[in-house]
Amino acid sequence: MKNLVILGAGTSGTMMANHLVSKLPKKEWKISIVDQYKTHYYQPGFLFLPFDTYTEDQVKKTGKKFIPKGVNYIQKKIEKIEAENNQVILEDETLNYDILIIATGSKIAPEETEGLLGPLWKKDIFDFYTFEGALALRNKLREWEGGKLVVHLTEMPIKCPVAPLEFAFLADSYFREKGMRDKVEITYVTPLSGAFTKPTCTKALNYLLEEKGINIEIDFAIERVDNENKKIIDYAEKEIPFDLLVTIPTNMGDEVIERSGLGDDLNFVPTHKHTLQSVDHDNIFVIGDATNVPASKAGSVAHFEAETLTDNIILYTKGYKLKEEFDGHANCFIETGNNKALLIDFNYDQEPVHGTFPFSKIGPLKLLKESVFNHWGKLAFRWIYWNMLLKGIAIPFVSRNMSFKGKIFDIKADK
Amino acid sequence: MDLNIAGIRVDATEEGYLTDVSQWNKEIAIEIAKEHNIELTDKHWEVISWLQEQVKNDIALSVRGIKKSGVIDIKEFYALFPGGPLKVSTKIAGVPKPKSCI
Repeated sequence: MKNLVILGAGTSGTMMANHLVSKLPKKEWKISIVDQYKTHYYQPGFLFLPFDTYTEDQVKKTGKKFIPKGVNYIQKKIEKIEAENNQVILEDETLNYDILIIATGSKIAPEETEGLLGPLWKKDIFDFYTFEGALALRNKLREWEGGKLVVHLTEMPIKCPVAPLEFAFLADSYFREKGMRDKVEITYVTPLSGAFTKPTCTKALNYLLEEKGINIEIDFAIERVDNENKKIIDYAEKEIPFDLLVTIPTNMGDEVIERSGLGDDLNFVPTHKHTLQSVDHDNIFVIGDATNVPASKAGSVAHFEAETLTDNIILYTKGYKLKEEFDGHANCFIETGNNKALLIDFNYDQEPVHGTFPFSKIGPLKLLKESVFNHWGKLAFRWIYWNMLLKGIAIPFVSRNMSFKGKIFDIKADK
Repeated sequence: MDLNIAGIRVDATEEGYLTDVSQWNKEIAIEIAKEHNIELTDKHWEVISWLQEQVKNDIALSVRGIKKSGVIDIKEFYALFPGGPLKVSTKIAGVPKPKSCI
């Protein structure tokens, strides 16, 4: 028997277990998946928790439900990957592998910014990238009486790059509905040169910020948080005061990557961007947020990656050359508030454009334009996530590589 | 598009970033720096060569990477190239604008 070991039972790891269980011959391969946590969170739902749109129960389920029969599910802590020996050391046992899939994801690292974990953390400073953080923020918002709300993004790359901006849009709607928008000043602070991470989006969508009365501060690279005077301060000594700070801390790969000496500065694993094979070890593959590939860290990307990676693992077991297929395809809904949303579709080379999706000229979803349809799409996605995506069922009419049909190339990208 | 910098015709993006680093020279750097009200000192030149070296070796540029450069710390970097130091310094160094937008 040969062993295939998957590290991490989040979105990517769970999808890979479901794909591979039906594709690898059962007599030859034993598949194991390791994750120390019992709960599987629907992370896109964390955006809605603070505004009381989703309840706690809507964003979490028991992870075991999604691991298919025939896969060995090990709930233990991973101490170290010993790539030279093809071994993974767990808290009380050692696993040998012939193929390893790293799907250990990324998480926030607030300790990277001076003063962020100071006295105001979880009192006036919050994150919403963790379940606990999003809940604490919900409780704060329920009783907050207004003032300066600063929505801040520390550095790229982050998981779901559009989430902070969506948070600002949803906050605008939330306070309007509560009849207290006039008491809240919203400022969006980014280290990038525009509100959106993609220049074409900034060109097409900057009007949204104006329309919603959201101030923007660009090129702000935070140095520290001044807890005493309630300010964030950047390396150029620019200061931005806040009453309530909602921040996206630095995102990093898991510590196990660092302990194993397999990562870059941010603990992301150097990965071939078209095959998803690790750069340093032929029998290690990497998927989802754990990679260093220049694609968005998002569930849709992991979904498209999983299809290519499944094919490549099969090719690898047979000794064939890998497909250089993955194109960085991402497909993201962006909530803009007032029950509307945008949809963007892009890859490594092609920035988001106008058009219709998934059917040329028909839609029904519109790319890069606000619509109610898109908002419904985003809400429906929670069902798709639990019932199709995790199980590795292909989403109808949405292909792994970006399609150029139905797209209008009317915005010039900066090269 | 074509730009004329220090009397030399170069290829550049709309934002004024050189598209061919082989067209770069010190006169061009001095000229671009002037547009940003920067007078280049030895320290500036050191940073410029470091940036060019990184790009040559295909290493992605980031503010975080500056910390480990051994050439300069982030604070100094901001002082030397005010107003978005990575954007300004790469323009002067004749290398592409960093893509940290993913």
